[in-house]
Amino acid sequence: MGYENKDQKENPAEKISSMDLNSENREEEYSLNDDRRVRTLSPGALVVRRFLRNRVAVTGLVILIAMALFSFVGGLITPYKEDQLFYRYDQQKKQYAAVKENTELRYVSATKKSFPSVAQAKFVLARKTGKDTFDAKGTTYTYKEEGEEFYVIYVEGEEEPAGFAAYEIVSSSVSDADVPFALQYQILSAFLNGKESFSWEDEEYTVNPDGGVFIGDEEVAYASRYIVQPIMSDVFLSRSFKEELVTSISEGEMDFHFTDEDGTEADYTVTYDAANTSYAVLQTVETKVFDKYHTPTKEHWLGTDRNGMDMLTRLMYGGRVSLYIGFIVVLIETVLGVILGGLSGYCGGWVDNLIMRIVDIFYCIPSMPIIIILGAAMDALRVDPQIRMLYLMLILGFLGWPSIARLVRGQILSLREQEFMTAAEANGIRASRRIFRHLIPNVIPQLIVTMTMSLGSTILTEATLSFLGLGVKFPFASWGNIINDVNDTYVLTNFWFIWIPAGVCLLATVLAFNLVGDGLRDAFDPKMKR
Amino acid sequence: MKKYILKRLLMSAVILIFVAFLIYVLMRCLPTSYLEQVARQKSMQPGSKSFDEWMAQLSATYGMDKGIIPGFLAWCGRAIHGDFGDSWKWTVPVLEKFNDSVWISFVMGGIAFILEILIAIPLGIIAATKQYTKVDYTITVVALACFSLPTFFFASLLKLVFSVKLGWFDLGGLVGRNYEQLSAAGQLADKAHHLVLPIITLVVINIGYLMRYTRTNMLEVLNADYIRTARAKGLSERKVIYHHAFRNTLIPLVTMLGSSLPGLFSGALITETLYSIPGIGYVSYQSMVAGDIPFSMFYLVFLAILTLLGNLIADILYAVVDPRVRIA
Repeated sequence: MGYENKDQKENPAEKISSMDLNSENREEEYSLNDDRRVRTLSPGALVVRRFLRNRVAVTGLVILIAMALFSFVGGLITPYKEDQLFYRYDQQKKQYAAVKENTELRYVSATKKSFPSVAQAKFVLARKTGKDTFDAKGTTYTYKEEGEEFYVIYVEGEEEPAGFAAYEIVSSSVSDADVPFALQYQILSAFLNGKESFSWEDEEYTVNPDGGVFIGDEEVAYASRYIVQPIMSDVFLSRSFKEELVTSISEGEMDFHFTDEDGTEADYTVTYDAANTSYAVLQTVETKVFDKYHTPTKEHWLGTDRNGMDMLTRLMYGGRVSLYIGFIVVLIETVLGVILGGLSGYCGGWVDNLIMRIVDIFYCIPSMPIIIILGAAMDALRVDPQIRMLYLMLILGFLGWPSIARLVRGQILSLREQEFMTAAEANGIRASRRIFRHLIPNVIPQLIVTMTMSLGSTILTEATLSFLGLGVKFPFASWGNIINDVNDTYVLTNFWFIWIPAGVCLLATVLAFNLVGDGLRDAFDPKMKR
Repeated sequence: MKKYILKRLLMSAVILIFVAFLIYVLMRCLPTSYLEQVARQKSMQPGSKSFDEWMAQLSATYGMDKGIIPGFLAWCGRAIHGDFGDSWKWTVPVLEKFNDSVWISFVMGGIAFILEILIAIPLGIIAATKQYTKVDYTITVVALACFSLPTFFFASLLKLVFSVKLGWFDLGGLVGRNYEQLSAAGQLADKAHHLVLPIITLVVINIGYLMRYTRTNMLEVLNADYIRTARAKGLSERKVIYHHAFRNTLIPLVTMLGSSLPGLFSGALITETLYSIPGIGYVSYQSMVAGDIPFSMFYLVFLAILTLLGNLIADILYAVVDPRVRIA
């Protein structure tokens, strides 16, 4: 099937006569041993033909080429870098202020006078029992209700009040400084008696029904049952903000919009905390955050990952790492395996015995646990991710050579006895040349099949290790460590685009290597029917 | 035969000693260990000795202060008497922890193994008898896909579909939340219920290889002369395949399956870890990551013994099953 006779249709007699007559033209005519006369195919070409006829294997090859293009060319085309971070602005609610409605009497003591807490308690008792005077710490106090629930307390026999108790709190409208006691007293006695003006220290004050206190048109202080305090110490809450906030809260609104004097608008959310009967005011602020777990968009076809990096780009670079590691590990395995297996098979005797016992020992070493232990050790040592990758390749390669050595040895043992080797020996070709020039090429078909298959399994091992967090490490991407995110159940449930594409890539690549390997095995086997 | 087995056993023992030595050297050379962690913690406590003093004391307690070769000999001496020391991580004797965890792995592996045989061998035979048909291609591709499947990816998919979307199974663990309240039968059912996904994972991951192996061997047999003879005799195709061919295919199959029997005790490291099944695989994974030398040492040597045992069984079975093989 590998050749066809091109001359079949020509008339043989005619051809012979022309050959005889035209001896000069004989070169151009097809002589019997002319290559052009019979279209021969080299064994290699036959293998290629058989391979190409295997549709499944060709599919595998196409997948592999696609994956290689995706990983190596894709990384060049993509506009993003492997570890480029993306940010987004997020509306985050931050604690801005706290509001508390005062439901208990508050005591304010006069400057330079003491009104200890024992006296406060005695006062409450006296008020409940309807007494006008009470004793505390050897001092007798009297009190008067000078306004609506505004109690002023005097030390008996003194004119100036020692303190007062009220539900309202007086705060300054212009700064955070405290309002002097005397002014507080004046304000409250005016406000709680429904008066609209009073004078204090040569200034004329007016009081409006909301509790605002003005000198002329300028507000200087206010009295209110609500205490509004900023969370951050550097924030000053203006009177109008507090006022609007309190109105909004007393109306039962939970959303609050405020425009300050500079025209800056902001949205606030009010939440009630039943535990300490206060309202928390949350300001909605724009904050720059990592754009993590973003669903696929036009900019990021596969969304972004945990660190806010473009998933598709990570996938491309991950493929690169996986393929690189696969190829290098298999290369190490093959070089070691071919040299040791070749020596063992060719030399025989004690060399063979020694090498085969080493192979036996290596076969017995449980490789996965060993790699896990070494990975954990490298974790503890904080090995640089790049060097770690190198170690990983060396370890995998060093643990993988025995199977190839066995294969090569077995092949060589059977080939060694064949006639062409006797001929090579008889020709006086030196041993190394006999091994590497005559024996090894005959092993190559088997070797290629094994290498292709072990490429797939190496990629799988690397991915498993990276998945466990013991292989390729951040910042480097690998298909295994991309899927690692799935350990978080929230990611498993909600973000398919994080782990399914990487898994599909991995499966496709390994499957393709196996399909191609399988196809090659069939193609190399001359006994195959097709 | 006896002499051969004896020779092989001796050989295996020598290999085992070498393997154990290599593993011991590796474990001792590890830069960090559980002991250091403990020593660091202890030295942090107020009024405690310094880290170095703790380290020296702990090393002496655990026999880690000897050189590598005396240490190994001491380990061997104790191991021969079945004393593998106390696990550092689990703070119980190694063998006790092993005994606690190995049986669940064995049950899991055993069920998966039987299912694999029941599914893979018939499919492999069908693929071989219908070579180059669509059925064959489908089975081949499915088999290759199965052993190309990354365990962790497949397990995640199963979890997504059956645990999250359908809610049929828990995400992990061996027992459910209300295990303590269940009756004995209920507890067994609960465990079985939690083992479904891990067993499916194991079966699917391992089935591909067995399918391919069956197909290849069946094809080899089908090309043999005695099959042609059987057909020439006019036997029905059924009889040719299931009587003449399949019996001969059994030779490599039985050998292969027999040699993988010891592997049932080794546990499925990745699968158990993924589903947090407290079998030997998961337990040893945790020990290895924590640097628990006595337990890891025991587990690694145990795995090596299982491998050697598997090889031995394969060789013996080969001679037993196939009357053409005679060992001098």
